[in-house]
Amino acid sequence: MNTIKISARNIAKTFNRRQIFSDISFSVAAPGSIAITGKNGAGKSTLAKIIAGVLSSTSGELNYEIEGKKLDDEARKAHIGFVSPYLNLYDEFSAMENLFLLMRIRSNGNTPKVQIDELLKQFNLWQRKDDSVRGYSTGMKQRLKYVFALAHAPSVLILDEPTTNLDEDGIKVVEQVVAEQKRSSILIVATNDSAEAGWCEQNIRL
Amino acid sequence: MYGRTEMKLVKLGAAALITIVIVAGIAIPTSPEPTSWFQFPVIPGLEEKARNIFFHVPTAWTTVVAFLVSLYYGARYLRTRQADDDIRSVSAASLGFMFCFLATITGSIWAKFNWGSFWNWDPRETSIFILLLIYGAYFALRSSLEVEEMRAKLSAVYSIVAGLTVPFFIFVMPRIMSGLHPGAKGDASGSTPVAQLHMPPNMLTVFLLSLFGFTLLFVWMLNVRVRLARIEYQQSTHHA
Amino acid sequence: MLFFPDFANMTLMSFSTSTYALIEKDIRSEVRTRYALNALVMFVVTAVATILFALRSDNPSVELLSGMYWVVIFFTAMSGLSRIFVSEEERGTVLVLQLIASPSVVYFGKLLFNSVLTLLLTAAVTILYLLVFPGFVIKSYDILFVTVLLGSLGFAASATIIAAIIAKAGARGTLYPVLSFPILIPLLMTVMNATTRALGGEPFVNAIGEFQVLVGYLLVMVGGSYLLFDYVWKD
Repeated sequence: MNTIKISARNIAKTFNRRQIFSDISFSVAAPGSIAITGKNGAGKSTLAKIIAGVLSSTSGELNYEIEGKKLDDEARKAHIGFVSPYLNLYDEFSAMENLFLLMRIRSNGNTPKVQIDELLKQFNLWQRKDDSVRGYSTGMKQRLKYVFALAHAPSVLILDEPTTNLDEDGIKVVEQVVAEQKRSSILIVATNDSAEAGWCEQNIRL
Repeated sequence: MYGRTEMKLVKLGAAALITIVIVAGIAIPTSPEPTSWFQFPVIPGLEEKARNIFFHVPTAWTTVVAFLVSLYYGARYLRTRQADDDIRSVSAASLGFMFCFLATITGSIWAKFNWGSFWNWDPRETSIFILLLIYGAYFALRSSLEVEEMRAKLSAVYSIVAGLTVPFFIFVMPRIMSGLHPGAKGDASGSTPVAQLHMPPNMLTVFLLSLFGFTLLFVWMLNVRVRLARIEYQQSTHHA
Repeated sequence: MLFFPDFANMTLMSFSTSTYALIEKDIRSEVRTRYALNALVMFVVTAVATILFALRSDNPSVELLSGMYWVVIFFTAMSGLSRIFVSEEERGTVLVLQLIASPSVVYFGKLLFNSVLTLLLTAAVTILYLLVFPGFVIKSYDILFVTVLLGSLGFAASATIIAAIIAKAGARGTLYPVLSFPILIPLLMTVMNATTRALGGEPFVNAIGEFQVLVGYLLVMVGGSYLLFDYVWKD
């Protein structure tokens, strides 16, 4: 798990005939971190989505490797955790139900409940874990996204706008998580904030 | 798409063949005992109305050809993601739509003259109507998608899904439903999907010439349409 | 593009677990919100009532009853079966599914859910018809059973792939029946024929031709949709 490596070569994205970016190349191996920075509309979220595997690039190559062996699109999913403003969980379910049902779909049935409980406590959602997500504040929803992203202990953590809607306490927890992830695996952060960009060793400027 | 010499041949061929077919199809007289090549036999029950076969069947043929061409380029788009493949696919589809409309109308007119009413829900009439609905749905889908890549991708997928059902209504339904067209369940003369080619050689020749001429006409129109669409595409890119 | 891109990495076991889990998620969501069920039940009742009122005391023929039976099923299906994909798009949960499930899991999960929904709805329509129309007497139960089973599955197969397509487009409501209808016509004509036989008390063997068509239709639609689903689902 800790020898995971992501490499990208000449990634370009065109959307509705407008070219968003091109010639993006980088390489990062665990432990490592990359920040994606740029003005609003430069395509940071788009690139983050492409790396997370939920959007395809128009051209270019994106490779995930573990111990030299390539991971195809499906194999990657188990290693990726993604937090994004575009992510929405099911608001008719509670936090606990969301996590329980979604982990089963992931078929990483091995995620011990203890780990989920720990994460919920770490992100201060334990009190409200059985309340429906519909009633959550935006800060709570953001924290739940983190729990969802971390529940399967991913080797690659991709954060798009990591601290939106978070208060001081929330930001502290995120910083802890980020430090841990950088130490052992891969962290990718897409952000406008220069402090957050500073968490990472490399920087891709769009 | 094709070089200028090839297109010149296509245009010449289309013009020549269609002229021949129009003249021969309409002008060659029928007679009960045909003695020369320039006389069509009288077909009991059809007489002069048989001439429709030179015009109606080729339009139906062309609309199916157009559909297959559109499907081919749509599938190609899914593989290459090149806008040009999508341009060709939609151009073929618009022509196909037009020919389908013509086939339905000419068919309906013949139905009125031959069997008494404009529409009978006979399997082949139904099939051409279904194709018309498929074309309509294809364009309705396209007009509801603004993002180019999605529009091209989803309409290609839809045309393939629709294409999957086409064998059902060409081959299967006529067996199950009785109908008026030759080759349907109630028709003792044959059960091939297309009408039995029991035509005398001179009629068969004119018919095949018409089939070929309409196909060339389609190629010509497609060529013009695609070139126009490409120019429009370039223009809009410059303004974007 | 490999024909079975997912099975290289997934065992059949994990594929089934994931698919089952997805269906469970959809069922629980449905139980919690009851959107689709409510809409479908109301639609069926309204449609049957309208037809009853229109036909009044006339004794409809067996062909007419069989036709109207499937008309109600068609329109009810059109009002409810697109929900499984449209609701994910509308609420922005597509991203979650893309992160956790392979396209095959999503396709089969949604297909099976829609199949169950369609079977429930045809059962409901059948019961209502038996209650409401005295002329609707099933003389050949075996034919009707097989027809309804194969017909519902065929319906669900087409409805699911079209739902996936229109979920990505705007103006979803009207587009769904427009795209689905031409594709469903071969199915509709076949099941109407078979249902007429069932109401007419014909022997089972008479309907074999129709059953062959239905099985063929089902296999073609499921197979084709499975291969094409990747293109629709992945952005």
